[in-house]
Amino acid sequence: MKALILVGGFGTRLRPLTLSVPKPLVDFANKPMILHQIEALVKAGVTDIVLAVNYKPEVMVAVLKKYEEKFGISITFSVESVPLGTAGPLALAREILGKDDSPFFVLNADVTCEYPFEKMRDFHLAHGCEGTILATTVDEPSKYGVIVVHDETTIIDRFVEKPVEYVGNRINAGIYIFSPSILDRIELRPTSIEKEIFPQMAGDKQLHTFDLEGFWMDVGQPKDFLTGTSLYLSSLAKRSPELLAPPTEEYINGGNVLVHPTAKIGKGCKIGPNVTIGPNTIIGDGVCLQRCVLMDGTHIKDHAWVKNSIIGWHSSVGRWARLDGVTVLGDDVHVADEVYVNGASVLPHKSISSNVCEPGIVM
Amino acid sequence: MNKAVILVGGPSRATRFRPLSMHLPQPLFPVGGKPIIWHQIKALSAVKDLREIILIGFFEDFVFRSFLDRCQEEFPEIAFKYLREYSQLGTAGGFFHFRDQIMRGNPKNIFMLYTDICCSFPLNDLLSQHERHGRLGTIMVTKVERSSARLYGCVVVDYETKLAAHYVEKPETYVSDMASTGVFVFHQDIFRYMAQIMDRRANEFEHQRANERAYGRSDDNDDANDANRLRLEQDVLRQLAADKKLSAFLCTGFWRQIKSAASAVPANALYLQKALKENTSFLAAPNPEGPEIVGAVYIHPSAQVHPTARIGPNVSIHARAIVGPGVRINDSIVLDNVHIKDNAAVLHSIAGWDSRIGCWGRVEGSPVTSSDDIDEVTHAGVKVNSICILGEDVQVKDEVFIRNSIVLPHKDLASNKHNEVIM
Repeated sequence: MKALILVGGFGTRLRPLTLSVPKPLVDFANKPMILHQIEALVKAGVTDIVLAVNYKPEVMVAVLKKYEEKFGISITFSVESVPLGTAGPLALAREILGKDDSPFFVLNADVTCEYPFEKMRDFHLAHGCEGTILATTVDEPSKYGVIVVHDETTIIDRFVEKPVEYVGNRINAGIYIFSPSILDRIELRPTSIEKEIFPQMAGDKQLHTFDLEGFWMDVGQPKDFLTGTSLYLSSLAKRSPELLAPPTEEYINGGNVLVHPTAKIGKGCKIGPNVTIGPNTIIGDGVCLQRCVLMDGTHIKDHAWVKNSIIGWHSSVGRWARLDGVTVLGDDVHVADEVYVNGASVLPHKSISSNVCEPGIVM
Repeated sequence: MNKAVILVGGPSRATRFRPLSMHLPQPLFPVGGKPIIWHQIKALSAVKDLREIILIGFFEDFVFRSFLDRCQEEFPEIAFKYLREYSQLGTAGGFFHFRDQIMRGNPKNIFMLYTDICCSFPLNDLLSQHERHGRLGTIMVTKVERSSARLYGCVVVDYETKLAAHYVEKPETYVSDMASTGVFVFHQDIFRYMAQIMDRRANEFEHQRANERAYGRSDDNDDANDANRLRLEQDVLRQLAADKKLSAFLCTGFWRQIKSAASAVPANALYLQKALKENTSFLAAPNPEGPEIVGAVYIHPSAQVHPTARIGPNVSIHARAIVGPGVRINDSIVLDNVHIKDNAAVLHSIAGWDSRIGCWGRVEGSPVTSSDDIDEVTHAGVKVNSICILGEDVQVKDEVFIRNSIVLPHKDLASNKHNEVIM
């Protein structure tokens, strides 16, 4: 089987992290975002993966080469000279996606969930239509495109963009499986799959919806990255609690704490809930961490307090410093002792030596 | 022999010192580990031939009793007395009213000090210059920023003759950058001089009353027209300067007003720095076994500070306070019975009596940089409180952050507060 991952551009929404690392390689729960997806695809029998990108950083080529060897699969970069939207890349990769009759997956690189690729494949093959859209339910559907099905079936009737009146709360989760015949509907030009292709398919009764179980999050920006991490860690606590730090650890507070084996944690800490501690991190004594992500090589010094923040690679947080309000430190940022940082996005290689009380960008 | 009078004011006077004056009178509030007024008494105790210190104010009699008893033990050579003004007689009115008691024993010179200042108090130098020039009084002045001079009583000084040529209280325009420090010394003849002023005023007052009887009562009936009121600045100093009977002595050490509660923090720092220079055993000594002491720090013997805490500079920790493991304190006053729990930080703040700060709690003000008595700083165009102040018995829950706020007594704070006054 085959898959297309829509990676797109420079990941500007996830800056300052993506100033140092291409978005698919940013660690999510101590593993590059794209690796979560590749692993799940491989498990469902995918052997050919196409990455639809606007640009091709060397570092990404090297990393994905490793994955090719590790999983024995083929990974191809499909580089768009002009952005082709969400459907155009399918036409660009037609040669691979259409090389046999087996269906192929399409997924947005920013979406995290418990990828149900095997069940989707079985469901898709069973109904025999052209496409299946993974759907998730939300509390407030008014800001999404809502899927409306024919009575009591999984066949999609129509889509309602940002409904004013409630028509349902099932929305497009950004993950699909298609039969190769869909490629005949798509031309090689910038095209929106949601707006131009799906309504046509629904009109032909060729589109089904498949309900996602569990959490779903688009983690394309820091605030949602933190929320997505929390949801992922909660899900991990149910599926594979052995991967999380055991609640018997003295520093654990409220669970959902993922600690890399190479991390060092000091005495008298209070960590959790919803914390990811990356490789080679050093956490001093008396540190309090909640709902935060520490990337590779970060150093949180004694008595610091960090909440709702992402600490970029090799950054440090000083003694008695306090970080809150979706603060994001880029690569190699240093926060001095006793400094308070609220909601700052700090570009790489900066030192912060005085309080940043109001949210903003530190250039 | 010489005497001194300290004007301590009254409970209704120190409203700017709230919420700290809600618990104890401002003169007894500790800065540099000791009550504000103690520093004045200590400096006076070193003046040659000074035999008596008299406090004059509107507080009830018992308020200073135990403090003065302790002073009596510490300074046995000096007699202490508190005299209560029952009606507000003006800044010099009480001094004049109690002239018989002050003159008892025939003192040659009488110091007069306001209590709401902190200063290096070079009183012997002040006295020598006063006696050398032989004028009726000498006002101690300090150089202030030109831009803030209008906040003070301004003195035009002739540097060669030390004559205070002109005195004006809080002028609207620039007159001089020499400000009155609130420290004076007068020859005993000052009472005769004040009596003349009072007589003149009584005559004027009578004249005015006569006019009122003749032409109907005037609306202008404010306190300045009260015949018994005598204001030091407007009524006495201005006249003394005009009569060329006032000298000026320039204080070259430190000086600062302690008007607002926030100003207690810089005053605390100044007195601790002074103690550090004098190398007294009063300050906490660096100890390799901890806690880590940075700069000038006072820790009361009954306070418990955990060895892993980092304290200073410019911190006073008072009786029975408990400072837990991994706590950080700088530029702050921690009052009696305060408990600061593990990993908390107290920065540029005052923690009121019996307050509690939870684990990873943070109480933080902004540093006071100006030498002027400004208790607010402008941040991003918004005026905020500079020093963070917790009144008596305030509870800051675990991990809660109180920044640039003033908290009135007996409040429980379970969520973060920024730039607020919390009733």
